[in-house]
This record gives sequence, structure tokens and C-alpha cells, in this order.
Amino acid sequence: MSIEFIYPEFEIIRNENRCISCHVCEQQCANEAHSYDEKHKIMTCDDSKCVNCQRCVSFCPARALKIVKSKCTLRENANWSAETIKEIYKQANSGGVLLSSMGNPKPLPVYWDKILINASQVTNPSIDPLREPMETRVYLGKKPSKVQRTKDGALDCKLPPQLELSMPVMFSAMSYGSISYNAHKALALAATALGILYNTGEGGLHEDFYCYGENTVVQVASGRFGVHADYLKAGAAIEIKIGQGAKPGIGGHLPGAKIVGDISRTRMIPEGSDAISPAPHHDIYSIEDLRQLVFSLKEATEYKKPVIVKVAAVHNIAAIASGIARSGADIIAIDGFRGGTGAAPTRIRDHVGIPIELALAAVDQRLRNEGIRNNVSLVVGGSIRSAADVVKAIALGADACYVATAALLALGCHLCRTCQSGKCNWGIATQRPELVKRLNPAMGSERLINLMTAWKHEIKEFMGGMGINSIEALRGNRLMLRGIGLTEKELEILDISHAGE
Amino acid sequence: MKIEGQIRIPSGCAISAAISKDGNKMSGEMIINSMKPMHDRSNGLGGGFAGYGIYPEYKDFYAFHMFFDSRDTRKKCEAFLKECFEIVKSEIIPTRKIPTIKDEPIIWRYFVAPLNSVLVSLQSEEKDFVAKTVMKINAEMPGAYVFSSGKNMGAFKAVGFPEDVGVFYKLEEYEGYSWTAHGRYPTNTPGWWGGAHPFTLLDYSVVHNGEISSYDANRRFIEMFGYKCTLQTDTEVITYIMDYLLRVQGLTLGEAASVIAAPFWSTIVAKTDLDDRKKHTYLRTMFPSLLITGPFSIVLGFEDGLMALNDRLKLRSMVVGEKDDKVFIASEEAAIRTMEPYAENIWSPAGGEPVIVKVKEGAF
Repeated sequence: MSIEFIYPEFEIIRNENRCISCHVCEQQCANEAHSYDEKHKIMTCDDSKCVNCQRCVSFCPARALKIVKSKCTLRENANWSAETIKEIYKQANSGGVLLSSMGNPKPLPVYWDKILINASQVTNPSIDPLREPMETRVYLGKKPSKVQRTKDGALDCKLPPQLELSMPVMFSAMSYGSISYNAHKALALAATALGILYNTGEGGLHEDFYCYGENTVVQVASGRFGVHADYLKAGAAIEIKIGQGAKPGIGGHLPGAKIVGDISRTRMIPEGSDAISPAPHHDIYSIEDLRQLVFSLKEATEYKKPVIVKVAAVHNIAAIASGIARSGADIIAIDGFRGGTGAAPTRIRDHVGIPIELALAAVDQRLRNEGIRNNVSLVVGGSIRSAADVVKAIALGADACYVATAALLALGCHLCRTCQSGKCNWGIATQRPELVKRLNPAMGSERLINLMTAWKHEIKEFMGGMGINSIEALRGNRLMLRGIGLTEKELEILDISHAGE
Repeated sequence: MKIEGQIRIPSGCAISAAISKDGNKMSGEMIINSMKPMHDRSNGLGGGFAGYGIYPEYKDFYAFHMFFDSRDTRKKCEAFLKECFEIVKSEIIPTRKIPTIKDEPIIWRYFVAPLNSVLVSLQSEEKDFVAKTVMKINAEMPGAYVFSSGKNMGAFKAVGFPEDVGVFYKLEEYEGYSWTAHGRYPTNTPGWWGGAHPFTLLDYSVVHNGEISSYDANRRFIEMFGYKCTLQTDTEVITYIMDYLLRVQGLTLGEAASVIAAPFWSTIVAKTDLDDRKKHTYLRTMFPSLLITGPFSIVLGFEDGLMALNDRLKLRSMVVGEKDDKVFIASEEAAIRTMEPYAENIWSPAGGEPVIVKVKEGAF
């Protein structure tokens, strides 16, 4: 060993009394942490290769394995945590930018956990969702400012294109390339069965999935991978991705090693070439340029599809959203700083952007102050972890939520946060055929459907408790929320009262 | 302790209404009496009435009924009004001293018309200008409150039991072709006169029984369009919603009812009349934030009629009865029987089913 050595973060503990040397752990671990010692006839392991994805633990038939956090401690102090010290060592070793996956893990405030929900008592009856209708359907899209009538005085029922969702949740963008074919298929199947939408991300749409178009949001990002006329027409909506919560202000890089076969074809770039998404769209250097892209896409799709503009939650988000609302966009998607990613520079992920709760509160209020809230629907993500988060987001003013990490967890992700390695043992964030086939799309979609069905039940329970029987009566209903342990300033921005007030 | 307006106070209530389809005048005494059998539905913290057709001699002028906290406020407000309105008459609203109604503010009424020169210079439509002026006074002039602003109609309200409020305002001296009444049961003590019902804007008046759970969603939406919910009560927001849907958006009464008490999606999808299905889908998609949930029964008064409406689950009682040219609406049948012992066709409208009663054209 040497100065470059960093003690492994995790230790694999094998109960030798239970181990039957069946080699399942060895077969399951793409990181090759497990191996068989022929000489001693026992299974052995290399802790340094373990990412704690729990695949071997889940599949060990003898329950002989567990992964624990290593107890080898550096001499930490309050200023120099082990993580900080190790990052210094890594950079001194490599000279490179640190890379991470999934959302910001830092102990920054999670405002969802500091907001409490109301319920009816005495003055207003709560409603039992098992006995009474309880509606969660929403329509996303621009609402005209004035009712029009035909010549004979009847209502002119034409509306700009709307997305119908059976519940206010969609699966957010994860590209084919960053996740596997089977993961995409599971999302598409589940979205179709649930009456919601999933999102292609920026890697184009595999030809096999055009049949799920009615439940698909097709994304146009700065690299324009896989964008062509049929692709735009295939989806129910088009999303212009300006930014992502995990890495606001920077682009993306899918290494050439992953641009193989169908991915190369779907992205419309040569095999083996790096897929580099520039930091900005090079045709959008200002808000008026965005307007041109919005209308170019609308022209290309004959004004039949709503256009979503997705931005990361950054400091000036309210003004940015106001600009987008006037750009012709139908829906604004805002991604908070805890949003996930397949790979992002660690420093960016952990230090850039703001919490979605504050961004949402500020944007919803600003659009109302300007009288243009009806011009757009608001979709928020990064990170929505449960039905409670959804209810709080809707009450703060969102029309719907984007979820991605929760969906991946349903598919088997154990949040080991090493997507960038491409060796996902759960068949999600990988393109290696032997790993991809571990994820059965039908079973995966079943688990996604279960998760969303459970959330829907919980959302209805919350609503019934508040005496609300339709989700639109919850939207922006901030009186239903109270803060707990928040400062005056935080309450002011969230525009909610403190518990007890 | 925060007073109403700074904090939201839920309340339960009693409502009652009577209308003559032939435009025959009824004295205010009848509607006062209708509230007596529902005494226990109020708790003495608010009562009020609205009468239509009560000011025939000033029917072309907006009748502003106002509360002031001091003479000084009144003078300031009058100076403000004079800048944009012709005031043809201003007077104290006659009241009688009774032991059950105390601590009254200064109560005045003004018959006014906006100055044409002002409307031209602001490029403003008359009703819109009057509505905005009412909002401005209520939101920005501390101590002054416009509680009625329609033509040939007026609201009368106070802290107290409704039957006492009617006596206080000498309503037996007024005659109208349509009346609504309200007794309030707020869950909080500091009674503020402005918080009593009816709530009005222009000719629209609303009496309401219930507590809506969609309040803040409705409020934050309607405030985008220049309305200011200064009192934080359900009824105030319902009044503004009705004004917005009927006057600003030009919806019919039935269409407006389909927005605020929309049929469930399952009902809409099951409709076999495709035009009707399209219409309801459109209205719910267009105005999702104006759906009102939670219990309510309301009576909306307007120039030529009344509309009664229950929430779509019918979580509040409301019955309707008829006799000859008259239609009666109340929280309880007892109230109807007090007004008309021989009322016929007593029925309970279903949740979300509007009951619209119009006075014959030319009879008002």
C-alpha cells in the first residue's frame, strides 16, 4: 500500500457458518467484489470493490452476507470530515474533478420535513375516500384568460393542448443511455397503465417505445440527441431541458464506451463517440431565443403538443419562471438541488442551486403577483420522496410532481450512488446486456404501478382528512400547511404560518 | 389577539331567502321572522340581510352601504369618493337602539354614479370601476368598509342574532321583490361587523352556510384578478368568484354553478350527451382553481333573481319551497313555513344542482 491508499468505505461481512459457497454473490457482483478461493475452498471478498448496492445481500440464499460501514476512521474533526479528507486524497491522486451520482446527500434543510398538513375537525367534515369520490385527476397546460363563445352563444370549448394525468405525478427525465432499455420499458409500461407520463430524457426514444407515445414526454436538450420530426410527434408533450437540479449550469457527458448499438442509433451519433451535451443550448443565449425554440417545436408539431421548459432551481428562479411563462411555454418544470443524476461533478451537485420547496413557493407566488399563473402549469421535482411530499408540493402551488429517484428505488435501485461506473448490479444504470437483463420490465412496471397506487391512496387519505375531494382544491391551498421549526424568513418565503398560529 | 381579517375564522350558519317571480314587493319583516325558528344555528356573532328592489327612487345609482370607525375616516372617504363619483345622496342608515345590538360603527349610505370623465380617462367600464373602487376602499382605507355596492339593492348586517339585526335596521320599513338572510355561528369571539353576511359586490350578494376547505386555493387564484379578500371569509371569496365568473367571464348561472360545484369526473365521463360532456370537461379544465370543496349551501342574489346551490356532496342542509309566485329557500323547512305556512313542493336540491329563480322581465 501507499500514500494513495484509501481504506474501503464498506466492509463485506460473511458469516462463514452460513455460507454454502454457492457463488451467487460472485455471479451477482459486477464490481467483482466476491471471488472463490480454490485453495481454501471458501468464498472471499475484496472490500475495496464494494459499492454497497446490496445486490449480493438480497440474493444470498443463506443470508450469510451483510455490508457495514467501515469502522476504520481517519482522525476527523468538525471542520475536516472523513469525506472531505478523502476527497482531497482522491484529487491529489488523480488531478481530476470528482464525480458523483444521485442527489445531493449533504445535511442541508429538507423543508418537506418541516411542513405539517392540516385536517378537519368539527367545523368542517373530513371525507372518507373509501366511501366518497376523491379526485386526483389533473390537466397540465395553458388556460386561456377569457371564455370564448361561438356565434350562437354556446361555449367555445377549444383549449390549448392539455396533458391529462390520473394523479399529479410523472416520472421525470432519465435518458436511454444513462439507464437501460429495460428500465425505460418498465417506466413506459407503468406510465401507460397508470395514466401518467414518463420522460425520455435527452437520449432520444428507442423505436420500440413509440407505441407508448401518449404517455411519453420527449425531451429536447442541448445536445439534441435523437431529435427528429417523428420523435417530436411521438410524444404527448415536448420538454426543453435547460437545466437539471443536480448540475445547474453545466452540461452532460455520456462516455463513448456507452454509445453502442441501439443507443448510438437512438441518439443518432456514431458508435463510440462521446455524447456531450453543452452547458447552454447554443441557440438559446437569452429569453427571446427560448421563445423561438418553443415556437419552432410548436410549429413542428402543429400546436398539438404542450411544451415544457425544464430549469434547475437557482437563486433568481422566480424571475426566470416569469420569463418562461411569457415565452409561450405551456408548462414549467423546476428541478430542485436535491434532484438525482446519473453523473455530476460532486462540487456542483453539492453546492449549486436551491431547495425545490423555496423555489416552488417563490415561483408560484411571483406568477400570481404578475397575474400569469394561468399561463403555465408548474411541475416540480428534486426530490419528491413520498405521497406526503406530493401533497405538500401541491398545497404550496405545484400542479404536479416529477419523481425519478423514487421510481428507480421501486425498480431495485439501492442508492449506492455509483451510476457513473455503468456497472449497476440492478440492471438500471448500465448498458451491459448481462446486467440489463436482470431487470424484468414487466415485473419492474408492476412495482412502479404498486408504488404509485400506494401514493395515490395516501394522497386521497390526506385530502379526505382536509375535507377536500378534488386535487385542484388543494393546489396552492397554503392554509393547509404549517411550518415547524422554521425562521420568520423561511415562513415568509414559503408563505405559510407556523404551527400553532 | 388577531381580529377577523388578520386571521381566518371558520363558521357555521343559517340561511333563508324569498323571491317573487312576479316582482311583488315583500316587507323585510317576513324575512326577519324566517330566521327566528333557526335561532340555534347562529350564536349572536353575526346576522344580515340583503333586499332587492328596495331603492326604486335611486335605482340608477350605486348604493354604497358603509361602516366607518370614526368621523374622520368618513370625511376622508367622502373626499376620496367625490374625486370620482357624483354623490346624489348621502345619509345615515336609520337604525333603532336596542339592547341586543351594541358597539355599532358609523353606518352610512351613499347613492353614487361614477363620473363619466373619470371612466373615459381610465378607459374603464363602469361596473369594473365601481368594483375596483370598492376593493380599494376595503383594502387600503383602514376603518372604512363598503358592505354593499349594488343598484336598487342593499345589504344590512351587524354583530348579533339575525332577528335582532333586522329590528336594528328597521327592515320592516323596506320592501323588496327578493330577500336573503343569514345567521352566523363563527367559532371565535371578536365579532366584526364586516364579517357578517351577506357579502356583496355590485348587485351580487351571497349568504352562505358552511366552511369551505378549498378557501386558500380559491383566494390565491381570484386575487390574481384584482380582488382582495380583506376579511378572509369563505363567503367573501365565493362572492368574488361569482362576480368573476358571471360578470368578467360572462358565464351563465348554470355554467358558473358547474365550475364551483363541478360534477365529478366519473359523472362527466358517463354523460351520454356529448356536448354536455364537452362543456363540463371544458369548464373544469378551464377553471380548476375555482372548484369549491367542503360543505356549503349558498344563496346568490342578483338583480333579477336568486340562485341556490349546495356543495357537490351536499354536506349542508338546504330546502326549497314554492307558493304562487313566490319561491322560498332556507336551511330548514321551519323557516319556509314561517314565511308561508302553506308552501308547496318542498324539496331538497341535490348536491351541485343549482336552483335558479328569475323575476319576470320588466317586473323589477
